[in-house]
Amino acid sequence: MSAPVLRAEGVRLAYGPATVLDGVDLDVHGGEVVALVGPNGAGKSSLLSILAGDPHPDAGRVLLDAVDLRAIDVAALARRRGVLLQENRLAFPFTVRDVVRMGRAPWRGTAREDEDDAVVADAMVRADVTALAVRTFPTLSGGEKARTSLARVLAQEPGVLLLDEPTAALDIRHQETVLAEARGRAAAGAAVVVVLHDLTLAAAYADRVVLLDAGRVRADGPPRSVLTADLLSEVYGHPVEVWDHDAQLVVMPVRARVRSMTEEPA
Amino acid sequence: MTTTLTAPVDAPVRTRNPRVVGLFVALGLLLVVLAVLSAGIGQLHVPPAEVVGSILHRLGLDLGPMPSHPNGDAALWSIRFPRVVMAVLVGAALATGGALMQGVFGNPLADPGVVGVSAGAAVAACAGIVFGLTFAGAWTTAVLAFVGGLAATLLVYSTARSGGRSEVVTLVLTGVAVNAFAGAAIAFLTFLGDTQAREQIVFWQLGSLNGTRWAYVAVVAPIVLVGVGAACLLARRLDLLALGERAARHLGVDVERLRLTAVLLVALLTAGAVAFCGIIAFVGLVVPHVIRMAVGPGHRVLVPASALGGAVLLLAADLVARTAIPFADLPIGMLTALVGGPFFFWLIRRTRRSAGGWA
Repeated sequence: MSAPVLRAEGVRLAYGPATVLDGVDLDVHGGEVVALVGPNGAGKSSLLSILAGDPHPDAGRVLLDAVDLRAIDVAALARRRGVLLQENRLAFPFTVRDVVRMGRAPWRGTAREDEDDAVVADAMVRADVTALAVRTFPTLSGGEKARTSLARVLAQEPGVLLLDEPTAALDIRHQETVLAEARGRAAAGAAVVVVLHDLTLAAAYADRVVLLDAGRVRADGPPRSVLTADLLSEVYGHPVEVWDHDAQLVVMPVRARVRSMTEEPA
Repeated sequence: MTTTLTAPVDAPVRTRNPRVVGLFVALGLLLVVLAVLSAGIGQLHVPPAEVVGSILHRLGLDLGPMPSHPNGDAALWSIRFPRVVMAVLVGAALATGGALMQGVFGNPLADPGVVGVSAGAAVAACAGIVFGLTFAGAWTTAVLAFVGGLAATLLVYSTARSGGRSEVVTLVLTGVAVNAFAGAAIAFLTFLGDTQAREQIVFWQLGSLNGTRWAYVAVVAPIVLVGVGAACLLARRLDLLALGERAARHLGVDVERLRLTAVLLVALLTAGAVAFCGIIAFVGLVVPHVIRMAVGPGHRVLVPASALGGAVLLLAADLVARTAIPFADLPIGMLTALVGGPFFFWLIRRTRRSAGGWA
């Protein structure tokens, strides 16, 4: 396989006495979708933000196209990688179209600026927000905000796509279209890293699954080798079953059926 | 980016074209009409046609009637015009400062007056008056006001912001604290000063354009022009900053540098406004807000339109201040606060409702 587009080497990150990542190595190649999974606090979002270049690691380094992120300026970085954060807020009531157009900012003053209108329109179709174009961002629902933000990241046309729980606020249809879009970008050559909680989605759409546990990589490989009942049960501290349904993996927690049927819905 | 400086009408061609063009045309016309009217109205009345004639003659054009009153031309050029120009400059500075501050704080309630930047500038300038400082000649007050304003801005900035945003409560409370401290410092300076200094300080706190001379205009004009011009250059990045600091950085904005530049500009613009005219509150709050309601929050339109709108508002306020009560010059700061106070109140209620509480 070719050299990795994005590579983390021995990454360590600590907030005060709390070490959130320790000795993490990760390679992401162009054309593949890598899912980061793991329980709450395992370090998924922290690893994603390190890969994005937000905090620099306390030890180790992150290489983008074999160059240390510390040596790449923010403008050049913005033309290479896009980031979708978990939380998307907006200080002023910009319209959806304005927000998506902000994704084109890195290309201002370059030849690709001419494609702005077409790219923005295309990104809005792909994230299914065209109908919301003139709505203002604060009036949108959580899922609509998430899709608008995704459209903004798609409009950025990054070669490296980092998505932090892009499906968290979405309905089933949009979950599928968003991850299919991520696959599509990978097929076009992009390197995609996506944090997911839904392990069935991860199994369906990722080429590789990286299972994090307490700040370390516990397993890294194809979905079928990582998403096993024994490993997941241990890491998540809850019994988990993995089914093979129609050649697709289905990951389900083992539930105490009596209680969940009769008591108050959570 | 630079097009907003020279031709604000051309810049936003792509978005909301008619409304934006309409806004700039309306504000521009209003500014010219108000300036001509304002220059003519007063104890010595000069009809608008004669005001225009006087200007044209100075420009070497032999057009229009000269002021018919023997002292008309002199009154226009030595008293009225400097005051009109000052009103335009100070209004532009205050409104632009407000728009910038709201952009960088990510909060529509940020305003140099409310938050205490004006008060900080006033303290340093008052100290200059009391201690008779003249180290920078005519620029002394402006330099001191800049230093004081900058200190207050940095203080508010470091206290009220976290994670790229400022919560309404923290911001307003920080403003209360800074204003209280500045009030105490000004009181102490008033106590220290002699009678003449006291009178000057009192005049300052009320805010007034009375007694504006060309020499003052010469100091304020470059400050305001540089400040407004630079603010226009930040506009695109301020738009991106609305997404939050991390997202803005992901789109290539050097957030640290943007913040520092914006804070410096807010202090600069506030200093320019405060240096000779004292504390004129709420202009920076009201104007950007009204502009946002009219044409949306995009800073490429908001910043230059606020500058223009601020100039119009202060020109109108000054006209009222001079003419509302015969033979009296009301403090303009009092007037703007009279209108701005209730507006601020309404804004707080509205923000509170839309934010679903005080978050």
